[in-house]
Amino acid sequence: MFEVIISILFFSIFLVLYRFLKGPTLSDRIIAFDVASIVSVSLLVVLALYFKQALYLDIALVIGLIGFLGATLFGRYIEKGI
Amino acid sequence: MFEIVGFLLIFLGVMAFLVSAIGLIRMPDIYTRMHVGTKSTTVGTMLVLIGACFIEPTWSFKLILLVIFIFLTNPLSSSVIARASHRDGHTLDRDDMKDAE
Repeated sequence: MFEVIISILFFSIFLVLYRFLKGPTLSDRIIAFDVASIVSVSLLVVLALYFKQALYLDIALVIGLIGFLGATLFGRYIEKGI
Repeated sequence: MFEIVGFLLIFLGVMAFLVSAIGLIRMPDIYTRMHVGTKSTTVGTMLVLIGACFIEPTWSFKLILLVIFIFLTNPLSSSVIARASHRDGHTLDRDDMKDAE
């Protein structure tokens, strides 16, 4: 059961990666990065359930924080430049 | 019993992620991509984390903290990206849905 869930999550990340590589504008790439970071948070929680390691939840929290900061900073970059 | 409910919630959340990833490829312009890429991922993350709460009840504190964090920050970042791309000059794909300026 966990294997099916983990495979579907990896497949979603690969589909998002297609948009990240192809996306015509910078905003598309930033949205793809945001979605990939959110999917990675859920993937880490499922991996924590699979390996029974509570440490992965902290890593999931840090990845969510970094994804939010990255998306916000790139949004400010589109709006005003460096 | 709790494990079955947890697996069901996690499976529903993963399906939301899959729909979101397919929509991110299929949608025509940036605002619809943003719509499909942030709303459904918020719902999917909350479903997966609450399902994990059902499976491992001893981790509930960290998982609820993560749910609150995602619920607060994900719409905020999407709002920032939407405002930035609107000011950058992106328009909608269809001609009859242009915003009034």
